[in-house]
Amino acid sequence: MADLRSNFIGIKSPNPFWLASAPPTDKEYNVVRAFKAGWGGVVWKTLGEEGPPIVNVSGPRYGAIHGADRRLLGLNNIELITDRPLEVNLQEIKKVKREWPDRAMIVSIMVPCTEESWKAILPKVEETGCDGIELNFGCPHGMSERGMGSAVGQVPEYIEMVTRWCKQYSRMPVIVKLTPNITDIRYPARAARKGGADAVSLINTISSIVSVDLDNFAPMPTIDGKGSHGGYCGPAVKPIALNMVAEIARDAETRGLPISAIGGVTTWRDAAEFIAMSAGTVQVCTAAMTYGFRIVEEMKTGLARWMDEKGYATVEDFRGRAVPNVTDWQYLNLNYVTKAHIDQDLCIKCGRCYAACEDTSHQAIFKEKDGKRHFEVNDAECVACNLCVEVCPVDNCITMVRQTEGVDPRTGRKINPDYANWTTHPNNPTALKAAE
Amino acid sequence: MADVKPGISGGRLAHSDYALNFADIHPPLDAHEALVESDRCYFCHDAPCQVACPTSIDIPMFIRQIQTGHAKSAARTIFDQNILGGMCARVCPTETLCEEACVREEAEGKPVKIGLLQRYATDTLMAEGGHPYSRAKPTGKKVAVVGAGPAGLACAHRLAMHGHEVTVFEAREKSGGLNEYGIAAYKSTDDFARKEVDFILGIGGITVQHGKALGKGLSLDDLKKDHDAVFLGIGLQGVNALGAANDDVAGVEDAVDYIAELRQATDLSKLPVGRRVVVIGGGMTAIDVAVQSKLLGAEDVTIVYRRGPAQMKASAYEQEVAQTRGVRIKHWAMPKAVIVKDGKAAGLACEYTAEVNGRLTGTGEIFDLAADMIFRAIGQSHIDVTGAALALEGGRIKVDDERRTSVPGIWAGGDCVAGGLDLTVASVDDGRRAAESINLFLKA
Repeated sequence: MADLRSNFIGIKSPNPFWLASAPPTDKEYNVVRAFKAGWGGVVWKTLGEEGPPIVNVSGPRYGAIHGADRRLLGLNNIELITDRPLEVNLQEIKKVKREWPDRAMIVSIMVPCTEESWKAILPKVEETGCDGIELNFGCPHGMSERGMGSAVGQVPEYIEMVTRWCKQYSRMPVIVKLTPNITDIRYPARAARKGGADAVSLINTISSIVSVDLDNFAPMPTIDGKGSHGGYCGPAVKPIALNMVAEIARDAETRGLPISAIGGVTTWRDAAEFIAMSAGTVQVCTAAMTYGFRIVEEMKTGLARWMDEKGYATVEDFRGRAVPNVTDWQYLNLNYVTKAHIDQDLCIKCGRCYAACEDTSHQAIFKEKDGKRHFEVNDAECVACNLCVEVCPVDNCITMVRQTEGVDPRTGRKINPDYANWTTHPNNPTALKAAE
Repeated sequence: MADVKPGISGGRLAHSDYALNFADIHPPLDAHEALVESDRCYFCHDAPCQVACPTSIDIPMFIRQIQTGHAKSAARTIFDQNILGGMCARVCPTETLCEEACVREEAEGKPVKIGLLQRYATDTLMAEGGHPYSRAKPTGKKVAVVGAGPAGLACAHRLAMHGHEVTVFEAREKSGGLNEYGIAAYKSTDDFARKEVDFILGIGGITVQHGKALGKGLSLDDLKKDHDAVFLGIGLQGVNALGAANDDVAGVEDAVDYIAELRQATDLSKLPVGRRVVVIGGGMTAIDVAVQSKLLGAEDVTIVYRRGPAQMKASAYEQEVAQTRGVRIKHWAMPKAVIVKDGKAAGLACEYTAEVNGRLTGTGEIFDLAADMIFRAIGQSHIDVTGAALALEGGRIKVDDERRTSVPGIWAGGDCVAGGLDLTVASVDDGRRAAESINLFLKA
């Protein structure tokens, strides 16, 4: 059986599945349940500075987007950082870490952007014996209005400054949690690295309004007739997170910076994808909040079984393997030709491929053969856009088949086996100039 | 404990069992179930279910409307094509129509429950009371509709929508036709047939006169004289003869009459049923009378059908419904003679049959079935349009695509016309098409 043990910036855990800093990790009771269920580590819900605790709303905190059968696809929250006294949290962290020494215990912190505030809290956290800290520069709602969370994460200079303080005033490994609510994730990541961060974690939640109550015209969740934007997470945000992780993994200035990936990890496969994109650990929240802690069992066995099938003994054996294959559009092979192919044995004749192609794309699917309902691709029109593949309800019924020889019936051009991209394409004005 | 009182008798069950036995065969979906089920629809292009629907209801659209939280819009989509969508949701053999065509049937052997979703939508709107359609400006034209069954009601409703004045003439005491008197009780519970008639008449502009039928106070000539158009939805009368000896003795009954009696009974325990019942036939009526006999407490119920399961007009699903309720189906056998004892039916002598060179013949081998009640359910084919010059085809009224008869000014639809499916939904389709044709005719 594959070895799932993880060593992330010196922090050891029996598996790479951590619970993200969020409601599931707010107190001893939940965290102990999580460890009993088999989670490799937790990032304890964000601690604030000493003093009167944070106050949360007493109305609804969550809103959601659902798919078929109310499957939760995206979750939005307006909950703030921990609303329990700092001292209580610290005592519990210490106790749990002592009782569960093999699990990773990371403490998330968010205090005002002043040196004194950070200097004050760091030793208290270090005293718990935790394995590391995560700087919450990501939370986009509530705390950001007070100059914390994503308000810091959106200013690379602040990230660098605070990271430096943390490295200066503690010996703990520092993970900087990044907000996706920026235009280019590479800038905050570079700042974190410059400040001395041991790792980054991303993504935090995305600013969002999930829906509007059409009876009283207020955003949901609605608090006494009003709503404010929240932070969006869950399966729906995974593609955004995966791209941002990839951007950091392949950027010249941040390449090699350890990443703890967060964002819609719901199954073992999601985790494997993030690891292939260079993540050392994955952090999970929405999936646990939707299905409970037991899902980690599926994640662990699924990942291990897939690794066994592929012959990977450890996570390191395949970590980052997808990074070299992420490239810019301009380097994609323009001589690569594929055509959609419909497997007639698997086809259930719903005609969704036809509707999608005929109404919105390239009119490349026939809907009839010999007077009978029959769906078949017209290679002479198919641009291989893949839309039919994505709207087909049957897995693997429509596939993309590569054409390696002959003539592309759509363009009438001979298949060219050589690689050629946009940078040298005759239609590219820049390419022409270079040739002159 | 089985009731083994010999002969024909009521009260074969404990009182409470009647309500239980005759409860809804397919209980309605609640809101949650409807949402879960509607989520399964793929919204197919040129959807096979809609193609299979005899009245072409836009099924993917109404299911999407349920799924997006608007069951009442869904009901409108259904009623646009089929104002008896509520009853059709209950009685349509969906397993051989829309649900058989559903791509989920091909994908996983479990079609979307279209019938139950249709019922959910139509029940939701009908529960509101009121009527979803309004009438066009009165045209001053008068149309006579003969027969207040599914075809007549659908025709009358569509004509009223177009602003015409409609008079419906109905032979029986109640409107609804086979919906009220024919279909099995467990398919239309809670007096739904009557409620649906009230719902349809809610549009206004329709007057129903009961106790009137062709040849009974009505003549086609008079109807034509007094109206601008006439629609005949008179169904079928009489029952085909058994062709077996002694088939007029006590204990031999027409299934349609018995079902009508059952449907109108206020106390099912007072309805006598045989201890041993034999039903002759292979259609829905045969299934319905057999199953209901069983539910009334008959000990043994056997359907005798002259060919195999595949040739039965009742679908495989309906045959299964009967069999799982304890009805035995004896295929490849035909009645020869009713066995008589003390002037009453005591059994049925049957002959095995076989298909030889495509022709059905008796094998000569005879067997006896004990029976104190024998039902004829071998179809109705007789139509009664005495004295009219209507062209017939195979004993039924000949009509064209618009449901025009050979006589100008007279349209017809439902079971009385040739080439139909003998289904409620097909009758409704006839009625609606005829009404559209009549409307064009009246406006010309």
